[in-house]
Amino acid sequence: MFGYSMAEIGNIVVMQGFSGLSMFTVLLLMALGLAIIFGQMGVINMAHGEFMTIGAYTTVMLSKVAATYGFTNYYFIFAILIAFVLAFAVGYFIEFIMIRHLYKRPLDTLLATWGLSLVMQQIFRSSFGAKEVSAELPEWMLGSFNPTPDIDIPINGVFVMALAALVTFGVYAFMFKSRWGLRVRATVQNRTMAGAVGINTAKVDRITFALGCGIAGIAGAAFTTIASTGPTTGTLYIVDSFMVVVFGGAASIIGTIASAFGIAQAQSVLQFFMTSSMGKVTTLLAIVSILMVKPEGLFASKLRK
Amino acid sequence: MSSLNRRGFIKTSGALMGAMMAAGLISGYAFAADFPTAKVNTTGLAVTDTTVKVGILHSATGTMAISETGSIQAEKLAIEQINAMGGILGRKIEIIQEDGASDWPTFAEKAKKLLEKDKVASVMGCWTSASRKAALPVFEKDNGLLFYPTFYEGLEQSKNVFYTGQEATQQILAGLDWIAKEKKAKSFYLIGSDYIWPRTSMKIARKHIEQHLGGKVVGEEYIALGDTQFGSVINKIKLKKPDVIYAAVVGGSNVAWFKQLNAAGLNSSKQTMLTISVTEDEVLGIGGENLAGFYSAMKYFQSQDNAENKKFVEAFKKRWGKDAVIGDVTQAAYLGPWLYKAAVERAGSFDVDKVQAALPGYTLKEAPEGPVTVETNHHLTTKLRIGQWGKDGQAKVVYTSDYIKPDPFPKGYQ
Repeated sequence: MFGYSMAEIGNIVVMQGFSGLSMFTVLLLMALGLAIIFGQMGVINMAHGEFMTIGAYTTVMLSKVAATYGFTNYYFIFAILIAFVLAFAVGYFIEFIMIRHLYKRPLDTLLATWGLSLVMQQIFRSSFGAKEVSAELPEWMLGSFNPTPDIDIPINGVFVMALAALVTFGVYAFMFKSRWGLRVRATVQNRTMAGAVGINTAKVDRITFALGCGIAGIAGAAFTTIASTGPTTGTLYIVDSFMVVVFGGAASIIGTIASAFGIAQAQSVLQFFMTSSMGKVTTLLAIVSILMVKPEGLFASKLRK
Repeated sequence: MSSLNRRGFIKTSGALMGAMMAAGLISGYAFAADFPTAKVNTTGLAVTDTTVKVGILHSATGTMAISETGSIQAEKLAIEQINAMGGILGRKIEIIQEDGASDWPTFAEKAKKLLEKDKVASVMGCWTSASRKAALPVFEKDNGLLFYPTFYEGLEQSKNVFYTGQEATQQILAGLDWIAKEKKAKSFYLIGSDYIWPRTSMKIARKHIEQHLGGKVVGEEYIALGDTQFGSVINKIKLKKPDVIYAAVVGGSNVAWFKQLNAAGLNSSKQTMLTISVTEDEVLGIGGENLAGFYSAMKYFQSQDNAENKKFVEAFKKRWGKDAVIGDVTQAAYLGPWLYKAAVERAGSFDVDKVQAALPGYTLKEAPEGPVTVETNHHLTTKLRIGQWGKDGQAKVVYTSDYIKPDPFPKGYQ
């Protein structure tokens, strides 16, 4: 078939399947934090990418420390934890000084967070330099895993996949199994009523926003294994993140998962059969057309307005 | 107290100067008095008896700051060195730096400000082709002078611009010849970011491979700028098994491309790759371990072993920190102020028309990359070098071409 042997085609199908899944988990990890903030609070956080960058720089810095003290092999676990804590803390602070004053003005939030993203980019540039940097990866994360000699499964892809699964499960547990999640959902459904039954809605907002930012930090840390770290790294992710969230239906985490899966598979397959940029264009066109028919996204929230 | 200090300083420096001149240490030191301002500046540029204003116009903020910072540093270093030698025609260079902010219309606006308000005698600047194209009409209308450092796609020649980087054929042809001969390469996979420079370059590369090398292009691929997902592209390459990947991927995509290529098992032991978009600057982000063994085609590498380069690298690190790296464009940017100095001295005037006429034919012998000659088409005759990357982020020069004349409008390649 097309001058290739069956074995070759079989190998490519396996690797292509993996690359689709890998793209799915990357998109999911990108979008989860945003889905929480945008979906649950209706805040359009244009600085989402910069919170990822916080995670990325944390990893790079820690990798330098690790190289000095010789714990390169397992620093990544700490990097992810610290990235979460840092991004969470910055998010918490930003909500307090900026976002909370803008809840009733969604368009202003958009502008304000965009401004915030520019400010953060320049802070990164001034403190870490304009040039891109890279985190030294532990030995075990480099290279690929070969089930047969001709199949290469990238180990960093597997790592991102496992992390995405873990974070998604964590978010699910937080939202649907914990008391905090209950409060968040109550606040989203009816803010006044939630306040009336004794939920501190202001605090819920702050924690929700910070949580979304923290998850962005985790994503940023994980992406140092597959992409770049520089002051404007966040801008590489922001469009895809929004696309996934909007396409999935703003208020639904299941929607985000389904949307990330759909977009990743479509793009991955199309990019294989067409050229890379045409594959991306076609995927975008499909998304736009579907959104024209279903403006609320794949999974519309069942809320009463 | 302060006046005493100043007088003391003047006295000491005067004495020092006298001693140095007596010892013949400052040769070729031009005195402003020999070149009265009224004579050397007839068009109202910002040239006084003691100073000349020169603009630097690069992006210090925004996406392009990643790349342009190195150029700014190199230009400042060159200007400081020129000033330490006594300036140009006895006049110290005063830098007026403007920020293009990675926004092309801003480049045009700032160019206008530099030329019309500050009356700068020349400008070192622009980086992307888009920024140069935006600023070019301003330079042509106001008859300004621009020294442009980046290797670029060619297809341009303006009397107001000197191009200190290589145009596409200088960077591409000799490199392809080398890899075809050295690696017995027959099949090529072309991959680049989706904008004018990679597309023009790949067009030239494809013509050369098909018509002159008797090779085959088995795939040609363009990646949207900023795309970071290469899974499908890498699988296509695995299926096509090209002898050589010829790459011109830029920016954040570049980092993702190399990281994912390695993770997918395509490292340099299994795949030959020649890229025209990786310099020492990019390696910082990609990581030496992801690049080890692959090749870059550039006119300059930091590791070059000649005396001029060693001096340059040492001065650069002394000025900008020991971790600073120098890529191809940074070195090309360093040439700008030196070429300008030479041009003014040859012309004996700061007038733009005279400077333009004086520069072609000049050979800058002290260039870190080795001697370069300015041609009448305002591009430089240079050599091409192939560097093989090591884990430490430095390239080993494995091939140096003969001198290649610039040919911005290559016949048969368009």
